[in-house]
Amino acid sequence: MVDEKLHVTQALLYLDGVSVSFDGYRAIRGLSIYIEPGEMRAIIGPNGAGKTTMMDIITGKTRPDEGEVLFDAGKYDLTKLDETAIAELGIGRKFQKPTVFESHTVADNILLALKGPRTAAASLFGWRNNVEREKIDEVLTTTGLLDHRDRPAGVISHGQKQWLEIGMLLAQDPAIMLVDEPVAGMTDAETEQTAALLKDINKSHSVIVVEHDMAFVRALDCKVTCLHEGSVLSEGSIDKVAGDERVIEVYLGR
Amino acid sequence: MITKYIVSRLDGMGLMFLAVMAVVAVFVPLSNLLLPPTSAFHVPTYLMALIGKYLCYAILAVSLDLVWGYCGILSLGHGAFFALGGYAMGMYLMRQIGTRGVYANPILPDFMVFLNWKELPWFWYGFDMFPFALLMVFLAPGLLAFVFGWLAFRSRVTGVYLSIITQALTYALLLAFFRNDMGFGGNNGLTDFKDILGFNVQAQGTRATLFFLTALSLILAYLLSRWMVTTSFGKIIVAIRDAESRTRFLGFRVEHFKLLVFTVSAAMAGLAGALYVPQVGIINPSEFSPANSIEAVIWVAVGGRGTLVGAAVGAILVNFLKTVFTSGFLAPYWLFLLGAIFVIVTLAVPKGIIGTLNGYYERWRGEDGEARWHRKSADDTTAATSNETGAGAKIHG
Repeated sequence: MVDEKLHVTQALLYLDGVSVSFDGYRAIRGLSIYIEPGEMRAIIGPNGAGKTTMMDIITGKTRPDEGEVLFDAGKYDLTKLDETAIAELGIGRKFQKPTVFESHTVADNILLALKGPRTAAASLFGWRNNVEREKIDEVLTTTGLLDHRDRPAGVISHGQKQWLEIGMLLAQDPAIMLVDEPVAGMTDAETEQTAALLKDINKSHSVIVVEHDMAFVRALDCKVTCLHEGSVLSEGSIDKVAGDERVIEVYLGR
Repeated sequence: MITKYIVSRLDGMGLMFLAVMAVVAVFVPLSNLLLPPTSAFHVPTYLMALIGKYLCYAILAVSLDLVWGYCGILSLGHGAFFALGGYAMGMYLMRQIGTRGVYANPILPDFMVFLNWKELPWFWYGFDMFPFALLMVFLAPGLLAFVFGWLAFRSRVTGVYLSIITQALTYALLLAFFRNDMGFGGNNGLTDFKDILGFNVQAQGTRATLFFLTALSLILAYLLSRWMVTTSFGKIIVAIRDAESRTRFLGFRVEHFKLLVFTVSAAMAGLAGALYVPQVGIINPSEFSPANSIEAVIWVAVGGRGTLVGAAVGAILVNFLKTVFTSGFLAPYWLFLLGAIFVIVTLAVPKGIIGTLNGYYERWRGEDGEARWHRKSADDTTAATSNETGAGAKIHG
């Protein structure tokens, strides 16, 4: 099985001909996207284009009706795995609505995300009880949250929650990060900082960013894919995609 | 070293609770046995039995708090695990009666002779041996919780749906245990116990020992629960409580964590039931009644869920009130009062008694991260203001 798929793709993430319907509504129609190792990719598209559904399919929350979803040069078939198994393979996700553990402190949120054994036994007897403080503080410094380390995650600002989630992804240290609308609700200054942070992260991780904010996407300076009605409408550099007449049409309406 | 480790895992409330429990565990039985009834400090046997009963309920409440307060599993069927542990102990006590029963059958308990049964059902084998019965006290509820939890958590049944099926579980067991042909004494349950490990269950010394063991079990149940919730395991189950699917996306096998905490909690509830039965002298199917399980939820809510100490305090307090109110002319109004307590606590002190006290205490000590952060940023502001004369232009520029 492993060998058979090997010739198919060298891509880190390989989606081919993926379709899924909810109660007759085809959210994704024959979607094909290939992400190379180390790549940063921005996914844009109007509401209902299927961006979040695509994330759900990759992370195992939604099973596609048809099509292939392969990870790590075709070694793993993600359609056969559940959320936990996919996360263990090294696919991390930041949600559109920031989801942090509100009653835990900022530092504990990072602690829970840190790479390492995730079994119940390990959490009771071992490793997770004695993680070095430096490791957590390093992530908190990167995300600018060090001053807030002992505050409950429920009370920090919206933008800080977004960063905390990115910090949790960093702690998880996945092969690829799926980042859903990281700058929603952020100020311009925060947006700029986030773009810089993601570009920095991209030096050691592959990243897929879903975003509406075109200025932000431009700042990321990477290959862009525009989705529309569940399939790829246009793909290439930001200038090529932004200049594509069909893209302008779906964004501005007919 | 071990003491140091234990203390390091406790908070002020926990230490206070353990200190009080240790005093109760030693003082009550000793005063009952050694002090003359005329002494002001003498604890009469009826009172010791009553407190012993409260402590059993406290263990049940701690076990419920572990799953509800920390992992968000609102079990409305924890009484079932309590009752199963109680039945396991009851079966041992029945087999100890031997030829002293009304029908003097050396093997069969009276109710079986009465039903014209000729031999012991297979599931009564082994209960003449205490170690086996003790194992069953943990295993019967633990196994039921494991199988039930495995099915429910794997299918991702959560929230109110899970609560409803736990309620259905205890109701189904109630109906089953009522039937005579189930082989557990039907309506009358198991009673007329004679002795436990060779000691007369009615004897004052036995009662005092049982009391001591109950208090000790409560301490151990608290320590085990406290250990579980203060390790990373505890942080993970709280994460599951607050954002289950997020925890899953972080790569944790949510169902394994839930299953472990649910099973441990059920076994703990079983122990509570096993200690309860020899002290009250009877176990019957009414222990499975859904109302019992719901009452246990109220104890935890009153004391403060997610605090463990609160669960125990809530159980003792509400049951004390129940004793006071159901023994006098106010008896017909007890359920109204219980309902009122629940409503008042939910509206006025949603964190429960201990949860609210903990909040005050932390604020007073300025110990929570939030207070410390605000103090720090206030200091920063002061520092910035005092610098303003010199570096004002820079700041405003």
